[in-house]
Amino acid sequence: MSLPAAPAATVAELVRGLAAKRYSSVELTRAYLDRVAAAQPELNAFITVTGEAALAAAARADEARAAGRGGPLTGVPLAHKDIFCTEGVLTTCGSKMLANFVSPYDATVVAGLRQAGTVMLGKLNMDEFAMGSSNETSYFGPVRNPWDTARVPGGSSGGSAAAVAARIAPAATATDTGGSIRQPAALCGVTGIKPTYGRVSRYGMIAFASSLDQGGLITVSAEDAALLLGPMSGFDPRDSTSVDSPVPDYTATLADSLDGLTIGLVKEFFDDGLDVECGARIREAIAVLEKQGARVREVSCPNLPLSVPTYYVVAPAECSSNLARFDGVRFGHRCESPKNLTDLYSRSRGEGFGAEVKRRIMTGTYVLSAGYYDAYYLKAQRVRQLISADFARAFGECDLLLGPTSPTPAFRIGDKCDDPITMYLNDIYTIGANLAGLPGMSLPCGFVGGLPVGLQLIGPHFSEARMLNAAHRYQMETDWHLRVPAAFA
Amino acid sequence: MEWETVIGLEIHAQLATRSKIFSGSATAYGAEPNTQANLVDLGYPGVLPVLNGEAVRMAVRFGLAIGARIAPHSVFARKNYFYPDLPKGYQISQYELPIVAEGTLDILLDDGSRKRVGITRAHLEEDAGKSMHEGLPGASGIDLNRAGTPLIEIVSEPDLRSAKEAVAYMKKIHTLVRYLDICDGNMQEGSFRCDANVSVRPKGQEKFGTRAEIKNLNSFRFVEKAINYEIERQIELIESGGKVVQETRLYDPDKGETRSMRSKEEANDYRYFPDPDLLPVVLDAAFIEGIRASLPELPDEKAARFVREHGLSEYDAGVLTASRELAAYYEAVVREVGGEAKLCANWVMGDLAAFLNKDGLEITASRVDAAGLAGLVGRIADATISGKIAKDVFEAMWASGQSADAIIEQKGLRQITDTGAIEKAIEEVMARNPGQLADYRSGKDKLFGFFVGQVMKATGGKANPAQLNELLKKKLAG
Repeated sequence: MSLPAAPAATVAELVRGLAAKRYSSVELTRAYLDRVAAAQPELNAFITVTGEAALAAAARADEARAAGRGGPLTGVPLAHKDIFCTEGVLTTCGSKMLANFVSPYDATVVAGLRQAGTVMLGKLNMDEFAMGSSNETSYFGPVRNPWDTARVPGGSSGGSAAAVAARIAPAATATDTGGSIRQPAALCGVTGIKPTYGRVSRYGMIAFASSLDQGGLITVSAEDAALLLGPMSGFDPRDSTSVDSPVPDYTATLADSLDGLTIGLVKEFFDDGLDVECGARIREAIAVLEKQGARVREVSCPNLPLSVPTYYVVAPAECSSNLARFDGVRFGHRCESPKNLTDLYSRSRGEGFGAEVKRRIMTGTYVLSAGYYDAYYLKAQRVRQLISADFARAFGECDLLLGPTSPTPAFRIGDKCDDPITMYLNDIYTIGANLAGLPGMSLPCGFVGGLPVGLQLIGPHFSEARMLNAAHRYQMETDWHLRVPAAFA
Repeated sequence: MEWETVIGLEIHAQLATRSKIFSGSATAYGAEPNTQANLVDLGYPGVLPVLNGEAVRMAVRFGLAIGARIAPHSVFARKNYFYPDLPKGYQISQYELPIVAEGTLDILLDDGSRKRVGITRAHLEEDAGKSMHEGLPGASGIDLNRAGTPLIEIVSEPDLRSAKEAVAYMKKIHTLVRYLDICDGNMQEGSFRCDANVSVRPKGQEKFGTRAEIKNLNSFRFVEKAINYEIERQIELIESGGKVVQETRLYDPDKGETRSMRSKEEANDYRYFPDPDLLPVVLDAAFIEGIRASLPELPDEKAARFVREHGLSEYDAGVLTASRELAAYYEAVVREVGGEAKLCANWVMGDLAAFLNKDGLEITASRVDAAGLAGLVGRIADATISGKIAKDVFEAMWASGQSADAIIEQKGLRQITDTGAIEKAIEEVMARNPGQLADYRSGKDKLFGFFVGQVMKATGGKANPAQLNELLKKKLAG
């Protein structure tokens, strides 16, 4: 397979290229659309490609630039995870249930990035309703990892990570409920950021677990993330859980010195479950950061090992309720000739949802049931508070936490499909940040057996700028994030 | 055996906000189906609820009016169940932490005594849509205009002991929510409705009997009939050796009976949990006190004032304060007349109420306004016309819209108070009826009424009745 050349390595470079008129947005967009078309049979990263609309938007961006209007991002192509509603465009959430759903409105994230001038190439594949860690639960087929197409890209934002890793999209939106941005970013060797809960509006982002879901980005570099995060962040009157605090210019502090930065190594992250080679890559990365002036100390979050069971009570509970609206009545899949109301519900939902979604709806229904609520849901909420308190204590001793993103590099497609528990343990290092609402990042930090390894940073609430700063300084010293899988170079 | 009835009511009052509780859609009644339902009301993928602050203010107004505790921290919860008129598959309500708790309300019983009814809680929630089965053969339609309309659910303690008490309590709440301007109280449109929990127990027994819940009663008459039917059904059942089962029942107004809808075993497990899309409602003391300061004079306070300052009976004061508009009308009449409160009250509750009733009009649409009625009462008070003539004048005012004075002038109804004129009329009547006069004088006292009637007839009813009586007695005596 050979792909037409990618016009640039990063969004930052595209911004400069567009400003210098080295290429037009239409040229850029066409180049990326060509790459998408060439890679699609191999990767299956896209569910919908909006080629015509993208070229039209690119032409408008070029006009705007010619007229002296627009900002730095005007004309930059990107793609959205298919969990974000996009007006007039199919929005499937990776499910048969919404395989026919054309959204009548734009998510706030989508509108914000459009207003900043970005051009949407299409909608990216994902685990069904964001439930999965391998992208194998998508109704539209698995996404393949560009570093080894026999392997998974991670999930649920597998399409976003694979597309950016293969450079068929310069950047992609994504969402993270238990690691769905950071884990695929790690497995595909790209940069992922899950902002603080409440930083990015959830309006128009199809809900999986409302108290955990947060929109974010998968990009090549931390600098790219800093460029794109601003326009998608901020208070949204349509989302009561979005936070009304000013959005800083994340690019302004990117290159700040790391002198005086204290990084906490979370003891519980370096457990027996962590692949030895992966652990070695993390330690090498720590050395790079120390050379940059960061101080490192060990910290402990003793309740963190409880995060997986806690998550698998809270998230299914919320999902069982959030997904009740998919009933075949107003939108989405509806079974053929229902006999009565119960038949309409049970067949529409039975046919529309895949096995993993059903498993979580049933688990969630169970833990909220009379007689079980206290033992499961309430107890999980208490543990969640303990985990948050652990993090708060840790941030009394350090500025950022560091650890691996995922216990192993990408596994083979099909390997873990039959064993949900093993699959769930993939998110063991990422879930904590969701339970506590903290921002987290994953950065490429080397390879094991030709597969990328991810380094995770977790910060206190609203510390995105500091986290991006540390990540950018690390990426100034390393080039792991600039490596491209040979087949897609 | 003697039985005691135990009743608790759950009243649903739609709050009179302009927009819905969690979306910007209008709440007006009667629009074309599904024209007042936006993506949030339709439960579209990705949409989120945003709380309407006005609904919170209204709930707080209600809570303060019943002397309740206003929760500084209350939480919205999801009540999960599937139904086509419930677009999200859950209703956003309040469960463990309602906004209003522990209030009371006094009701006036038939024997004139007062009873204090406990109100366990009042919580905010959203209404569901409506399923429509008429005119759609073989199909059901759904109208989601009502979906998301704010409701306050007011839950009483099981303090009510008869259908009459239940109705008195419900009427009192109805009065209160309209005083507070938080609900239009329109029961036909479903703005105000209730569920009744009814059980019976042997008199003197502490433990409650098993209760049945009668759903969705939307008139005072239905509440009374349904409860009375249910009481009899339960007593008959127990006395014939049966057992009441805990269940939900529906009242059929055509047949006048309740029938089982679903048993406890079939009841939904609603799987309540805090709604993660909404933040807890946190209210500070300044907010609550600001609302307290804005409360109008409440019906009980107003009635007490009418008793104290106007010398009305408790019953009359209760009738006149049943609606804020009626009380305002009455007070305006008293103000215009400058006193004569009892006379004003009698006219408002008597002739005016009868004419309003006859024409099916609300007090605000009365054909005779407060100033008009005051004009009439004033003419009675200053003896220009008699109370009897006043009734005819009022009827003419109602029909023509003219003032009392204009009608009195036109029809020459001014009362005759000139002693000479009345004496002259008496003499003429006596001269025309020598037989009756002789009979009267020989002891037939009853004929006095005959002479009063004749003189009144001769004067066109205008003779001052007190003067006439006095003069006639003298003349007849000879």
